[in-house]
Amino acid sequence: MARIKYYQALTRALREEMARDERVILMGEDVGASGGIFAQTRGLYQQFGADRVRDTPIAENGFVSAAVGAAMTGLRPVVEIGFEDFLTCCMDPLVNQAAKLRYMLGGQVGVPLLLYTFGGGGVNAGPQHSQSFAAWFAHVPGLKVVTPATPADVLGLVKAGIRDDNPVLCLLSKKLIGSSGEVPDGEDALLPLGTAEVKRPGRDVTIVALGQMVGAALQAATLLAEQRIDAEVVDPRTVSPLDVATILSSVERTGRLCVVHEGHGPCGLGAEIITSVVERGLPLLKAPPCRVTPPFAPSPFAPGLESLYLPTPASIAEAVQGMLAS
Amino acid sequence: MTVSTELAARLYRLMWEVRAFEVIAADRYRQGDLPGFIHLSLGQEACAVGACAALGQGDLITSTHRGHGHCLAKGADPGLMMAELFAKSAGYGKGRGGSMHIADVSMGVLGANGIVGQSLGLGVGAALSLQIRRQPHCVVAFFGEGASGTGIAHEAMNMAAIWKLPIVFFCEANRYAELSPYAVHVSVERIADRAAAYGFPGVTVDGEDVLAVHAAVTDAAARARACGGPTLIEARTYRWHGHYEGDPQVYKTQAERDTGTDFDPILRFERQGAGGLPADALAGLRAEAEARIRDAAEWAAGLQSPPASAIGEDVYAGE
Repeated sequence: MARIKYYQALTRALREEMARDERVILMGEDVGASGGIFAQTRGLYQQFGADRVRDTPIAENGFVSAAVGAAMTGLRPVVEIGFEDFLTCCMDPLVNQAAKLRYMLGGQVGVPLLLYTFGGGGVNAGPQHSQSFAAWFAHVPGLKVVTPATPADVLGLVKAGIRDDNPVLCLLSKKLIGSSGEVPDGEDALLPLGTAEVKRPGRDVTIVALGQMVGAALQAATLLAEQRIDAEVVDPRTVSPLDVATILSSVERTGRLCVVHEGHGPCGLGAEIITSVVERGLPLLKAPPCRVTPPFAPSPFAPGLESLYLPTPASIAEAVQGMLAS
Repeated sequence: MTVSTELAARLYRLMWEVRAFEVIAADRYRQGDLPGFIHLSLGQEACAVGACAALGQGDLITSTHRGHGHCLAKGADPGLMMAELFAKSAGYGKGRGGSMHIADVSMGVLGANGIVGQSLGLGVGAALSLQIRRQPHCVVAFFGEGASGTGIAHEAMNMAAIWKLPIVFFCEANRYAELSPYAVHVSVERIADRAAAYGFPGVTVDGEDVLAVHAAVTDAAARARACGGPTLIEARTYRWHGHYEGDPQVYKTQAERDTGTDFDPILRFERQGAGGLPADALAGLRAEAEARIRDAAEWAAGLQSPPASAIGEDVYAGE
């Protein structure tokens, strides 16, 4: 075990997988000699060379399409998109190509591709650099989507995602880039895609939280404990495929469900998670489930406004208390 | 232009295979035998055949929604192609892709594609893969003048130039993109002129002349394989039919609709002397090609449709 930062877990996963398999290449803006905008690729260019660590022009549609073409022809590309918002610039190669080629071409090709990007708010980056699109991509058959919240989850899910034969989107939280945590060594670090984790056990309510909201939910649980409310916090870690079984078994114990995420509420992951529980276990619920999400507005720049915009430990605790009072 | 009788025979037979495939597909579509919609390349046979005949098995192509000719010319099996058009389990896409998604990866056909412009991006990726894996092959990315106006066309050519990739961008300028003429889509007289903006060669060829196309692609592919970087080839050709089968082509004049088939790469090849092949040899090659496609269509029509269980297959690997 070692204690490392969230972004260092990404670097480590990339380094280990590139050393393990020469078909793994890294592409993206400034991933090469500069070492990345958050120092997340530092040293890889020097270690693996310009062929395998390739700086691209600012052309997300073009270089993601190129990564798909490379994945169809013997490589296992890893692609960096600096900000999650820029996924809107490469929807076509992700949604129309990567997700569907295996299916459309009768299983003749695979697209073993991992794309990672930094999303979410909390750093006053404004409406075009703060978004969370997990629900958009969880809606697309053929893609897998992971949302690691700790260095161990970054390391384990990125390594497993690179080895996966499907296109995998890894949606990282940029607010967590400098956070620290323990990570296992070697192959022990691998985490299977599609498995949720109970981050804190509890008896009274299940709080399902994603990305940097996991930390907020754990702090909310501490606040709730002062009110003698024992909250269980579950992090799905993968949103497609979603580990409904773990969430359902938590709700079996608690009878209450609150979902917290940074993406917007309407047609969001909360709607999906709550529906999945209701369809299978409505009688388990002692109270109507609830969602804690930003309001249906773009993410504002002003620090005072953004702190009101994002869910907080206090707003999560308040929502849960409301549920228990009902 | 001199040509061996072997190559002449191959070009002639393949052009007739493409012609016959499209004619039979049009006929079957009119009869209601083919679901969905299809886009045919009648009139453009010299482009697909001339280009693909300049390639080896290890070379790769990416294609477009109008891709039947490219796939056939690169060696895809007409029966398995027809089976896909007829939406049968045995088709290249197991009946899940259709006319716009025919691929035969074993023959280097990475697929037709339903999104205009993606053939260039995917082609750049395939060329990058060849370069990184040190494979002595190249990619031909087919596209049309419509795709020449997409953002990804610029992105792909810029990346290919920066990385000196082994790729040939092959534009079939067939005078129309969707339902509008060239001038609606393209700002310049010659798309090949745009190559100068990327610092690689641009060549315009007569797309009715299969030998000219073959020579241009032979040169460009050799340059690409020798690490000389990309080439943009613009073949001036003509789309006999509409954008899709059933397109009333209101954007063409009656006179054009009457004389459009005067642009005929097969007749042109015959007028050029067909590489010295005698008339009876040509007739034999034509009959052989037409019979091959006719048999393929008849075989495909009788196949099984996909079972309900096929809906969820091949969505993910390893399931």
